[in-house]
Amino acid sequence: MEYIPNILFAILLIAGVGYFAKNVKKLSRNINLGKDVDRSDNKSQRWKNMGMIALGQSKMVRRPIAGFFHIIVYVGFVIINIEVLEIIIDGLFGTHRVFTKILPDSIYGFLIGTFEVLAIAVLISVIIFWIRRNVIKLKRFLSAEMKGWPKSDGNIILYFEVVLMTLFIVMNAADVKFQEAGVGNVISQYLYPLFEGNIEMAHIIEKTAWWLHIAGILVFLNYLYFSKHLHILLAFPNTWYANLQPKGEFVNDANVTKEVMLMMDPNADPFAAPAEGEDEGEPEKFGASDVQDLNWVQLLNAYTCTECGRCTSECPANQTGKKLSPRKIMMDTRDRLEEVGKNIDANKGKFVDDGKSLLNDYVTTEELWACTSCNACVEACPVSIDPLSIIMEMRKYLVMEQSAAPTELNVMMGNIENNGAPWPYNQMDRLNWKDEN
Amino acid sequence: MKVPTMAEYMAEGKQPEVLFWVGCAGSFDDRAKKITKAFVKILNNANVEFAVLGAEESCTGDPAKRAGNEFLFQMQAVTNIEVMNAYDIKKVVTACPHCFNTLKNEYPSLGGNYDVMHHTQFLKSLLDDGRLTIEGGSFKGKKITFHDPCYLGRANDVYEAPRELIRKLDVELVEMKNCRKKGLCCGAGGAQMFKDAEPGNKEVNIERTEQALEVKPDIIATGCPFCNTMMTDGIKNKEKEDSVIVQDIAELIANAQDL
Repeated sequence: MEYIPNILFAILLIAGVGYFAKNVKKLSRNINLGKDVDRSDNKSQRWKNMGMIALGQSKMVRRPIAGFFHIIVYVGFVIINIEVLEIIIDGLFGTHRVFTKILPDSIYGFLIGTFEVLAIAVLISVIIFWIRRNVIKLKRFLSAEMKGWPKSDGNIILYFEVVLMTLFIVMNAADVKFQEAGVGNVISQYLYPLFEGNIEMAHIIEKTAWWLHIAGILVFLNYLYFSKHLHILLAFPNTWYANLQPKGEFVNDANVTKEVMLMMDPNADPFAAPAEGEDEGEPEKFGASDVQDLNWVQLLNAYTCTECGRCTSECPANQTGKKLSPRKIMMDTRDRLEEVGKNIDANKGKFVDDGKSLLNDYVTTEELWACTSCNACVEACPVSIDPLSIIMEMRKYLVMEQSAAPTELNVMMGNIENNGAPWPYNQMDRLNWKDEN
Repeated sequence: MKVPTMAEYMAEGKQPEVLFWVGCAGSFDDRAKKITKAFVKILNNANVEFAVLGAEESCTGDPAKRAGNEFLFQMQAVTNIEVMNAYDIKKVVTACPHCFNTLKNEYPSLGGNYDVMHHTQFLKSLLDDGRLTIEGGSFKGKKITFHDPCYLGRANDVYEAPRELIRKLDVELVEMKNCRKKGLCCGAGGAQMFKDAEPGNKEVNIERTEQALEVKPDIIATGCPFCNTMMTDGIKNKEKEDSVIVQDIAELIANAQDL
């Protein structure tokens, strides 16, 4: 009988971690639906970027207020979770604050004291975040794409943090033994008077808070997959795999190069049959109309996006009232990818055409044609997401597969094709300026 | 105006120190042609042996690529690369950040490997080598703000060369609230120059012009022919063309010295 709590704890832990692992597998499967892209070069720079941008939050602090409070929540969350290790050991082996027996009082006290202070700092920060989202109503949290689930999602995460931090403090405050020892109870000692009168009651409250705290953490862990909050994990790989080339460089499509080189080769026989053994599969589609046409880093980008909207608030098109919102491009990509993933789950591992696509059903051409390719969104993203590359892939599909460019752009391209300039001037006149006044 | 072509250099069996890539705007657009001429005057004044491709130059393909036509872009690129490689070109300078970005970043994987510089970088190097002196002249004490071209700044991290040149003009360089990495686009990039904007409540160039006017400049300095057009239009729209001038850095340097 006395092992029942231990067994219950083990079951809770296995269920919580197991379900999360199952979803991580799905997540990885979905990301791998994307095309291959090699991002394994220059590893030292990649580690440096991950260290600076994800671990070091270097781009978060470009907006000092949000950046400061975000660092508190981030550091607090990471550090307080060291406590989870003790909780797991206690839970599995029925011990009570096992680290007090391993660590000297001074160190244990310092750790728990730090956790308590951070917990309060996190609580305050989270409340400020909630006010920013719900009372001050910052413009970037009010865009069209932030209605409904994305708005609730943002708030649910904040409520989770409030509950978890409160439970942590209550758990400490109601722990009579911990309070009597008096090491590390820097904050909880002020709540202890509420519980010290009734030792039995205090014990029940402590145990309840303890169970709810660990259960809450496991629920939160499993909430991640369904939430924008996945960034707390994916920010790390995302910054590691981010593009290292100059932002202005748009990758040259190798399939197009093959065709261009063939056209430029005077010895090429346009009617030649494909060489023996040459792949005669379906011709490669140019650009992207759906998530499977994007590369896996772009899909990882979509899952990493935490919908902060810094990209959208910096976007010149969005600032001047156009429909384009880089954040929406990322959210749409994730939503469609999830839809494709569910389709695969429902059809025994194979995607069955659902007559929908990222283009048109999620992202409209009006959004795509509003982009100035200025890279402001890419620069603004605190976790190195690249919405611009997705926009460009979809433009490529529109133009090369559907010939669906706006008329004026077709005129411009016709000019380049015919006379080597976007305007209808003769190439032979390119040096006329020399003799004009 | 002395503007030798690569063909002329080749006929003499010589190689210029740099190819000046004029670009479509610099060749055909009336406003941008002034920038081209100002830059050539500076080059001639500094005794730089440069050449242009003239009628052998063709669009880099930038607007086609940004519009989604990868095929047309690569056709343009491969054709241009063939010409430049035939002349054994090593170093290229251009006054257009779009040409600069495309030549520098997108030509190498198609076989075109050149040392490509934006004209502000090139002028800065002439200054450092003592081949160019910049004086304030008529601009002394004027208030200048610099509009970062996206394809020079964010796209290629070139922020200082244009500013160092401007400071040499003995002027007061004032920054807009959105500058450098946070510089707001003029609205022309990504092939927008060649089409009407999508429905919205404002033109991007008006927004940017307003940001520039906030710092009350006498001059808005640009480093891109397209930004120049957009900002000039913005100033006209705000009816400020009598009090604020929009000029490329090359024009400012040339004008300061009455070239």
